[in-house]
Amino acid sequence: MVLLALAHPAWTEEVIGALSQNTVAITANFDGSEIFVFGAVKRDAPVPSDAGPLHVVITILGPSEPVVVRRKERTFGIWVNRDAVEVDEAPSFYAIATTGPLYEIMSNTARLRHRIGFDKVVRVVGAPDTISDPSSFTEAVVRIRQDNGLYSQQDGTIDLRDETLFATNVALPANLTEGVYRTRMFLLRDREVVHISETAITVRKEGLERWIYTTAHERPFLYGILSIAVALFAGWLASEVFRVLRR
Amino acid sequence: MVSLLMQLYLPIAEVSVNAFLLLGLGGIVGVLSGMFGVGGGFLMTPLLFFIGIPPAVAVATEANQIVASSFSGVLAHLRRKTVDLKMGTVLLAGGLVGSAIGVQVFKILKEMGQVELLVTLCYVVFLGIVGGLMFIESLGTIRRARKPSTSPVARKHHNWVHGLPLKMRFRQSQLYISAIPVLLIGASVGVLAAIMGVGGGFIMVPAMIYILGMPTKVVVGTSLFQIIFVTGFTTLMHATQNYTVDAVLALLLLLGGVVGAQIGARLGVRLKAEQLRILLAIMVLAVCGKLAFDLIVQPGELYSLGPGGDH
Repeated sequence: MVLLALAHPAWTEEVIGALSQNTVAITANFDGSEIFVFGAVKRDAPVPSDAGPLHVVITILGPSEPVVVRRKERTFGIWVNRDAVEVDEAPSFYAIATTGPLYEIMSNTARLRHRIGFDKVVRVVGAPDTISDPSSFTEAVVRIRQDNGLYSQQDGTIDLRDETLFATNVALPANLTEGVYRTRMFLLRDREVVHISETAITVRKEGLERWIYTTAHERPFLYGILSIAVALFAGWLASEVFRVLRR
Repeated sequence: MVSLLMQLYLPIAEVSVNAFLLLGLGGIVGVLSGMFGVGGGFLMTPLLFFIGIPPAVAVATEANQIVASSFSGVLAHLRRKTVDLKMGTVLLAGGLVGSAIGVQVFKILKEMGQVELLVTLCYVVFLGIVGGLMFIESLGTIRRARKPSTSPVARKHHNWVHGLPLKMRFRQSQLYISAIPVLLIGASVGVLAAIMGVGGGFIMVPAMIYILGMPTKVVVGTSLFQIIFVTGFTTLMHATQNYTVDAVLALLLLLGGVVGAQIGARLGVRLKAEQLRILLAIMVLAVCGKLAFDLIVQPGELYSLGPGGDH
């Protein structure tokens, strides 16, 4: 940040951002959520007349886990999984919102440095030599997750007023994984990053959902026995109810 | 408020689904369970995949649901005295051994990375054979019944099963046969049940009728009796090893399922045995056809995602 500030010695600009909520609770009736992201640009001097266009890019990045991508091929008349590639880095959730077309308002080097764009966050480190087209596997991750509402790129959806106030909505689908979602707001001038504001959203299960999840993972034997007991009880109850009804 | 009641987030499957859809699916499969003495897993498991439940969760939770619907069904059959407890216990002894073997086979297939394909192929082959045989046999019996001039073929003809040692008397089934084929049937159904993630009734019911020569009347209740224990064992294995039993999903499915099983058990009494068998045969063939179709036709998405980090 110091270096960036030196590049523009005459004046400095900073982005101050906030979220409508910093926690998302997954409860029994959780059916997705919407986060309102907003902020303002703070500057210590008026904008010089020769300054380039100002833009804002907001990214929300969910916890990353390796993913195995398999590709089907027709073999003896049926479709069978043949080639598989382990994609080492793929966020479980990734949303990009901008004030304009991403590739026009931000330089490739800036996107590479700050890892912005699907091509920069979904990566294969060592694909097997037998695979001639590893990129089609990373593209499949992006395509499938876009279909599931987990990845989105919304160019031009940030509403920026007088180069000062900005706001947008980011939809979180129901199939979220638990974890910390890193939220970053980039302030751009002349396609380069001049300031970053970073915050986090915590997504976690609450209430009954939390209790079931922790019991299943921490006391699995008890959980299994309880599941069977509930099943037997429900079976008995239905049988008794129907016997009474038949009389 | 209406939407709040309908959409439910499943804590283990980690997806949001419509509660009434799950209740309805449970109910329909429950009716089949009570009518035919099949657990219904061979229908429910593919249906759960279809509505977006992760396969591992679908298989494990389905086992738990079958415990409930089978128990509900078996109580109805016990009251009507259409359960051969002795036969069921011998089948179960074989079944638990088979299930333990099946889980090991499943693990090996999983390491080979082709478990999904092999499970589907198992479904197509077994559903095809069982459904086809039942359909032909039932059609033949119905045709013979319509021509009263020809005498009906006696089911309890003596085959190789009657020449084996270790004979036991099964009074409820009116049979005096060797325990060996009973144990073998139990074990092979156990193996298949563990690999395919089902109770195994759709294989056991025809095996009991055609190999052991049991009367259709006691087949359904006895099959359900054995299925309770095998699926209970499977539930526990999945819960402790894979953490994939979803309590909320299971509860919704079994609420629909137990009610359906009661209705099914009563419908089953009213229908004739041959009608029952031909209905089941058609259903088995339909599922088989759908699975085979999906293997042959080019899928819309050739790529699939799975959890990584195993190697």
